[in-house]
Amino acid sequence: MRNSNEIIDDIANREYEFGFTTDIEMEMAPVGLNEETIRFISAKKEEPQWMLEWRLKGFQAFKKMQFPKWQHFEMPELDLQKLSYYAAPKKKKQLNSLDEVDPELLATFEKLGIPINEQKALAGVAVDVVFDSVSVATTFKEKLHELGIIFCSFGEAVRTHPDLVKKYLGTVVPHSDNIFAALNAAVFSDGSFVYIPKGVRCPMELSTYFRINAENTGQFERTLIIADDDSYVSYLEGCTAPKRDENQLHAAVVELVAMERAEIKYSTVQNWYPGDKDGNGGIYNFVTKRGICKGNSSKISWTQVETGSAITWKYPSVILQGDDAEGEFYSVAVTRNKQIADTGTKIYHLGRNTRSRIISKGISAGHSDNTYRGLVQVGPRAANARNFTQCDSLLIGDRCGAHTFPYIESRNSTATVEHEATTSKIGEDQIFYLNQRGIETEKAVALIVNGYAQEVLNQLPMEFAVEARKLLSITLEGSVG
Amino acid sequence: MLTIKNLHAEVDGKQILKGINLEIKKGEMHAIMGPNGSGKSSLSSVLAGRENYTVTQGEVIFEGKNLLDMSPEDRAREGLFLAFQYPVEIPGVSNLHFLKTALNEIRAYHSLPAMESKEFLKLTKEKQQLVDFNANLMNRSLNEGFSGGEKKRNEVFQLAMLDPKLAILDETDSGLDIDALRIVAAGVNKLRSADKAFMVITHYQRLLEYIVPDFVHVLYNGQIVKTGTKELALELEEKGYDWLKEEVHQKESV
Repeated sequence: MRNSNEIIDDIANREYEFGFTTDIEMEMAPVGLNEETIRFISAKKEEPQWMLEWRLKGFQAFKKMQFPKWQHFEMPELDLQKLSYYAAPKKKKQLNSLDEVDPELLATFEKLGIPINEQKALAGVAVDVVFDSVSVATTFKEKLHELGIIFCSFGEAVRTHPDLVKKYLGTVVPHSDNIFAALNAAVFSDGSFVYIPKGVRCPMELSTYFRINAENTGQFERTLIIADDDSYVSYLEGCTAPKRDENQLHAAVVELVAMERAEIKYSTVQNWYPGDKDGNGGIYNFVTKRGICKGNSSKISWTQVETGSAITWKYPSVILQGDDAEGEFYSVAVTRNKQIADTGTKIYHLGRNTRSRIISKGISAGHSDNTYRGLVQVGPRAANARNFTQCDSLLIGDRCGAHTFPYIESRNSTATVEHEATTSKIGEDQIFYLNQRGIETEKAVALIVNGYAQEVLNQLPMEFAVEARKLLSITLEGSVG
Repeated sequence: MLTIKNLHAEVDGKQILKGINLEIKKGEMHAIMGPNGSGKSSLSSVLAGRENYTVTQGEVIFEGKNLLDMSPEDRAREGLFLAFQYPVEIPGVSNLHFLKTALNEIRAYHSLPAMESKEFLKLTKEKQQLVDFNANLMNRSLNEGFSGGEKKRNEVFQLAMLDPKLAILDETDSGLDIDALRIVAAGVNKLRSADKAFMVITHYQRLLEYIVPDFVHVLYNGQIVKTGTKELALELEEKGYDWLKEEVHQKESV
């Protein structure tokens, strides 16, 4: 019989499954961060002057800012001057269909398990593929176009819908919001842009796969989603990155705007390279995600399954500005080996009768550290605001950590704010019970963890939920405490 | 089917089983009785392979194989089933999903393909009716929020579904009212067959009125001190365990 330590070592030694690199000729910006770099990027992308000026504003803000110190982990030394801020596949031309895409690139996506063609046919998913900064091909554009939906790369939106971009860019996450957001504003490479017109219910899940491939590049995408009055959209974001010994920085910005009675559902399955068992390499996932429920009765829902990255540090947030607006945050964060997660959400109740629901499930194994940090703020105008927060931690083994930092600030006496928290260990009794029914320990743990995360996984669209379940099972195979 | 020879085991350095000898053949129903702390539940734990028990001496042969060499899951796959005295709760995992996983793991061990959903549901329905299990409980999370009686009935339902060769019922009667006891016993009786064996661990004779044993063994202080037929259970009910304890102590002092 294997004992717990052996099994824990086993997961610790498990190889990252998506650690391959793709040899595609890349065009890179010179290493370093200065105004020149920013002008280079802007010029490469053939951007209008206003875009360049906004970038420079971001850079000015960035220069004045310091790295924060409140996080519950030791901040790694980041030398932002050693990175290259632009990398794009070289042979660039307008592509009309996926058949024209570099076959090696397509092979990469095959390895990632994203058969785009199949997805197109079967799942009805429109995929905007972001490969090291430049959007390669966008499918389903036609169909979306008929409905007036705009779904394109950020760069394209800057060219084709400058008014929309100008109107909303930086309105939810200002260029000076925090140091990583400022950095992103200065050097963002590409990303996705979505606009759902009034009264339109987007008929398919919109999905973007991000992938960091080139060495020594950070990935700085920017996503902007606007749901106009009475519209609905569900957006999926999935990520994997190849295995490298160096750390890579991923500092993205996502902005969501929901107008009157509009609803945005944003789902993430994040599986960036987590580093090896000793904590070498891996992605620093420092992302700013925020949505605003601008209109009355609007709704924004974040769902995230975080299994990758050396450090995951982000707080997808919702500003409930409109009356009767609703915000949700569902999260599963898994850490193992020496991974660190400091994640949670911030909900700002500004409007009357606003509601929010936070369900966070942390799972820690190995020597990892898993922190939930959340802020629920109720403003003076937010009469009858309601919040419910449940945050659970599951420990596997006795060398990992789970922490909870809930902040509650209420300035309205009619508000109701509830916080529940639990910490548990996977019980030997549970494992033995399943063993006794013929289920081996690895499967038993996967079953228990999936059950534990059920409430969050239920929020994911079907295809994504299947992927997330598999990911949870692979990530935590056989960890017993 | 099962041969236990001179089995000694300890937990946390404390001797719990001190030389158990027992032979169980196909089709037989054995009852293990005994006062609290005599080692009844420890025997079931050792046979099922619970990690914190250490076997210090003796052997157990199950269907010609050395049971003690196997992992708990392989013991289960070989056909040993333990109905737990305290079934655990596993939130978020549906009873049916759990059973399907278990069934297919056992099938895979015997090189059988996974059971199709349709066939599985048919089997579920059949067994659920056989042991009179509440259909509403099948889609609920495994044992979560079940009453004590419902948990025990779920054990018997699982027993019916997984169809083991040897079933050990560890105080399945504890915490059951008389109606639930009858239903559980009726379920077990329906599952009795010529190629299956049962070991029923119980504190009280009451259960044995409904599940009639072929043999009754009395466990005391880690050893089987008396073996008889169902009449022995009645005698114990009448006289308690004290006369047996005295008998044992007299032998020891001689």
